[in-house]
Amino acid sequence: MTKAFGKLAAVEARLFLREPMAVFFAIVLPVGLLLGLGTTIPGFRDADPSLGGQRFVDAPFTAMMVLLSVVTLGLSVLPGSLVIYRERGVLRRLSTTPVRPGALLAAQLVINVVVSVVATTLTLVLGRLVLGVPLPGSPWTFAVVFVLGSLTMLAIGLLLAAVAPNARVVQGVGSALMFPLLFLAGMWLPRPLMPEILRRISDFTPTGAFGQGLMDALGGHAPQPLHLAVLAGWALAAGLAAARLFRWE
Amino acid sequence: MAIITVDHLRKAYGEKVAVEDVSFSVEEGEVFGIVGRNGAGKTTTVECVAGLRTPTAGTVTVDADLKEQVGVQLQECSLPDKIRVGEALALYASFYSRPADWRALAVEAGLDLRAPFGKLSGGQRQRLSVALALVGSPRVAILDELTTGLDPQARRDTWDLVSRIRERGVTVLLVTHFMEEVERLCDRVAVISRGRVRAVDTPAGLVARAGGEQRLIFHTDDPVDGLRALPEVASVTRDGGEVTVTGTGDLLSAVAAVLPPSRTRGLRMERTTLDDAFLVLTGKEES
Repeated sequence: MTKAFGKLAAVEARLFLREPMAVFFAIVLPVGLLLGLGTTIPGFRDADPSLGGQRFVDAPFTAMMVLLSVVTLGLSVLPGSLVIYRERGVLRRLSTTPVRPGALLAAQLVINVVVSVVATTLTLVLGRLVLGVPLPGSPWTFAVVFVLGSLTMLAIGLLLAAVAPNARVVQGVGSALMFPLLFLAGMWLPRPLMPEILRRISDFTPTGAFGQGLMDALGGHAPQPLHLAVLAGWALAAGLAAARLFRWE
Repeated sequence: MAIITVDHLRKAYGEKVAVEDVSFSVEEGEVFGIVGRNGAGKTTTVECVAGLRTPTAGTVTVDADLKEQVGVQLQECSLPDKIRVGEALALYASFYSRPADWRALAVEAGLDLRAPFGKLSGGQRQRLSVALALVGSPRVAILDELTTGLDPQARRDTWDLVSRIRERGVTVLLVTHFMEEVERLCDRVAVISRGRVRAVDTPAGLVARAGGEQRLIFHTDDPVDGLRALPEVASVTRDGGEVTVTGTGDLLSAVAAVLPPSRTRGLRMERTTLDDAFLVLTGKEES
């Protein structure tokens, strides 16, 4: 059974790499935006008093690019492929073999986690080498926030896959959710610059909590307990709902 | 000893009854067909056999491990477009404890290991689907609407593949609505209509049940009333120059003994086909 799972994960990984759009949005785009905008837009590399004296490319921008990759995987890549697998009867076909269709779901989760780790590692390492973005002061703190945030976004992806009737709907709902969630994370208006009320709302959204947690961890601060609790709450709620509502066919 | 026994199977989805009352048994090593029109309950029946659905009432017994030893080819089940034939076969082979040689299966099915699923023709997809059903070395293979939507050549290639499955001693449960497929492949058939079994027999047995009648049609100027006395002849009708003689047994030789073929023109013979038998057994259905 472990052999079958390894094989399944290996095939899923190859299928992921054959999807240019998935590779582009989950890996190339975040890394490319960080390096492209970070090297060309002059203000991004100047110490900014409104961001507490740090440069925009440091914690704020780097955190958003890590978040962009994870949110893309959670809201688009994972639910998209799971719904297509259900629509095409791949999950149903698997249920007639000794392998449970849950194994395919697990393999998909593993692939998505691996891809987000790769994208994040590239973002951090290239950001450090090209733009001098400091690496997280405490790698463990960063890892905790990253893992918790990834779990939350993937759980939301599973919930989307559970309730969406078909691939078109899941893509539509995924992108409709993506923009407000990225906005609330501070993608276009960094959280320190948000009006108080908006920042308060953002605190309780999965991406707002994730983005701030990443920024704190990258800037060498401890993440706020509120943000960790918000992430854990969303992960648990979405995960349980997905488990209850998921249909194999 | 039957390897599959279906006993008074009933399956309802809420108010809608898909299978009313179906019973049959399949012997080890035979190719058993399930024929019926669209919506007759064929697919639901085999899905209950495959363990994909739970019967509302009745029992289904399969004398084999459902997951390990029953290979399934399902309607409307496909693979991701970018998976290659070889990858899919190797992957499914890894699921089973005693897999078949998947490379040999691909050769037998005439498939290119490097071809991505999305680029396969309908016939190639069906043959891959059959190969995947066989990759676990099953004792039973369930094949649902294998050749629907295929062109005649692809259909024949797929039939050849199924004939070779039988030679391995695999029991095959085949769902179809093509009578030609039944004649080519099946040892026995269950005819299902409106959720009930109308007959279980060999293809030839079904034809016989539907009358199994032969018709000789020819033109002659000779008198034909003498033919009525022959034991093989059931009826003789004359419509102008055209004579139609119906009957059973070796009708042609019997008629030729009385009326030399040189005295007839345009002689042709028609017999009840499995298509005719199917229509007789299932009756007229509003569709």
